[in-house]
Amino acid sequence: MMDDDRHVDTSTAARAQPTSDDVILQVSNLGKQFGGVAAVSGVDLDVYRHETLAIIGPNGAGKTTFYNLLSGRMQPTSGRIVFDGRDITGLPPHRISRLGVSRSFQINNIFEDMTVRENVEVAVTAFRGDSHRWANVASRNVPIQDEADGLLARLSLSTLADRRAGTISYGDKRLVEIAVVLATRPHLVLLDEPTAGMTPDETHRVTDLIMSLRASGDYTFLITEHDMNVVFGLADRILVMHRGQKLVLGTPQEVRTHPEVRRAYLGDAEEEIAT
Amino acid sequence: MSTDNQTMTVSSRPSRKSSLRRITVLVLTVMLVLLIALPWLVPYFYIFIATEILILGLFAASFNLIFGYTGMLSFGHAAFFGMGSYVVAMLLQSFQWPLLACLLAAVMVAALLAWVIGFFCVRLNEVYFAMLTLAFGMMVFAVAHQWRSVTNGSDGIAGFSVTSFGLGLELTLGNPSVYYHVVLVLVVLAVALLYLICRSSFGLTLRAIRQNPERVAFCGLNVRRYRLAAFTVAGAFAGLAGGLMAPFLRIASPELLHWSMSAEPVLMTILGGSGYFLGPFVGAGVFVLLETWVTSMTQAWMLVLGIILALMVMFFRRGLLGTILHWLQERK
Repeated sequence: MMDDDRHVDTSTAARAQPTSDDVILQVSNLGKQFGGVAAVSGVDLDVYRHETLAIIGPNGAGKTTFYNLLSGRMQPTSGRIVFDGRDITGLPPHRISRLGVSRSFQINNIFEDMTVRENVEVAVTAFRGDSHRWANVASRNVPIQDEADGLLARLSLSTLADRRAGTISYGDKRLVEIAVVLATRPHLVLLDEPTAGMTPDETHRVTDLIMSLRASGDYTFLITEHDMNVVFGLADRILVMHRGQKLVLGTPQEVRTHPEVRRAYLGDAEEEIAT
Repeated sequence: MSTDNQTMTVSSRPSRKSSLRRITVLVLTVMLVLLIALPWLVPYFYIFIATEILILGLFAASFNLIFGYTGMLSFGHAAFFGMGSYVVAMLLQSFQWPLLACLLAAVMVAALLAWVIGFFCVRLNEVYFAMLTLAFGMMVFAVAHQWRSVTNGSDGIAGFSVTSFGLGLELTLGNPSVYYHVVLVLVVLAVALLYLICRSSFGLTLRAIRQNPERVAFCGLNVRRYRLAAFTVAGAFAGLAGGLMAPFLRIASPELLHWSMSAEPVLMTILGGSGYFLGPFVGAGVFVLLETWVTSMTQAWMLVLGIILALMVMFFRRGLLGTILHWLQERK
């Protein structure tokens, strides 16, 4: 089913004018101070259900800190985060994950000594509430095995299922990272530089994957990314951050032509990519 | 030709896996038969050695549930072992309960103690966790050592006897091979249960926590709660091991709670291999046998042990069992 939808213009549904009921994530006046330094300050953001919102900005703009606040890895020093009508400000990561927010990491953060399938199984087991079961045999838990295998097939990782995750290529590890994220069946997916360090081929695989996932209509994506082709190819809207603050929020077209963005970021970014 | 070769290797993979399993089952069956027949095969003295190895092996295996599987290095595991010993010794002395009932009580009390101590410890990571478990272990030791009216202080609880096993079976401690068989049956059952736990969804989750606790939290699990569960289960099994130790030694003394007793499962597990389920048992076997042989020849047991451990940690991180299994797999 996914493959059929792939070549259709998938963005129409998501780009339809959203209403306020469709806000899945509402961030208001969010801030995080480290000592005297504001890594994130005064960020307001409404994320619409089923949209793909890219967050760009130079290194140190606060993107990862922003993710850390949203996912519960760090406590904000000010502001509020409301997900699906629930205040999740300052909740621990496992509670936020349970509510349907799942994140990937900039640096591969998987279970290296486990097989690729087991990596996904851990997350599927957690989602299904089976993690406390002590009298079963994990490798014969059929519903979980099936779900894990299905997910691996979807990410074209089936042939690697029995390989130890530490031994597969960097790009494949990035995909396992995404598989673990999806295994908890999130509604809001936070991807932190999903194509960082990937070859053009691998980057293509990841963007195709995100396209097809988006087409399924199950997910809302937040993506931070340095690769501008990926950003402008995927995003419905783009948030430009600069020094921990919201600089511009708009459609790719608006952002591309925005003078301040051109000055503050895109120029720098091109240099950054070049180096 | 090359395609033939490929299909050969592909088709032979599952059968190789199942043949490996068959070999494992065969080896374990032979070992079990040998263990059952042991009293008729070895000199009298070695029945005691074998009993000690089984008990300490279970103790080390219970420790490895939190160390090798969950990734928490505890230096206070003797608290639960010693607690098990005291519970059994006291119940036998005061009430002459059947052994099985005493052991059950030991398991429950040790689990409760582990739950209370674990509640505080699992909040901390790595070296702080290790230090706090050590601190609690020393506290439990101090209580046993100084609360003379209850624990009889450094003399410990002695002078008890076993009259029945429970389930209508009679049992006395007169014949060491009878007690050896009791220990063998209970340890095998406990180890089977522990193995089941390690292979379950819970075990899978614990392994994930060892490798990357943060990621497990981001999968939606409260890592602390799982650590505490592992700590409690490990304490329960250590309590059983300790409970079996008291009738064997005919005494429950504060030494069983001492921090040096907490070091034993650590050393045994590293010796045998923390990454393998039976590693701690292999480690316990080697530890006890070496201790017996070396101390009969020289005073320098600790020096020999130190050299062996240093070599293991520097060159054979997988432990003895791990190194042997790895070597066998490479050869194939």
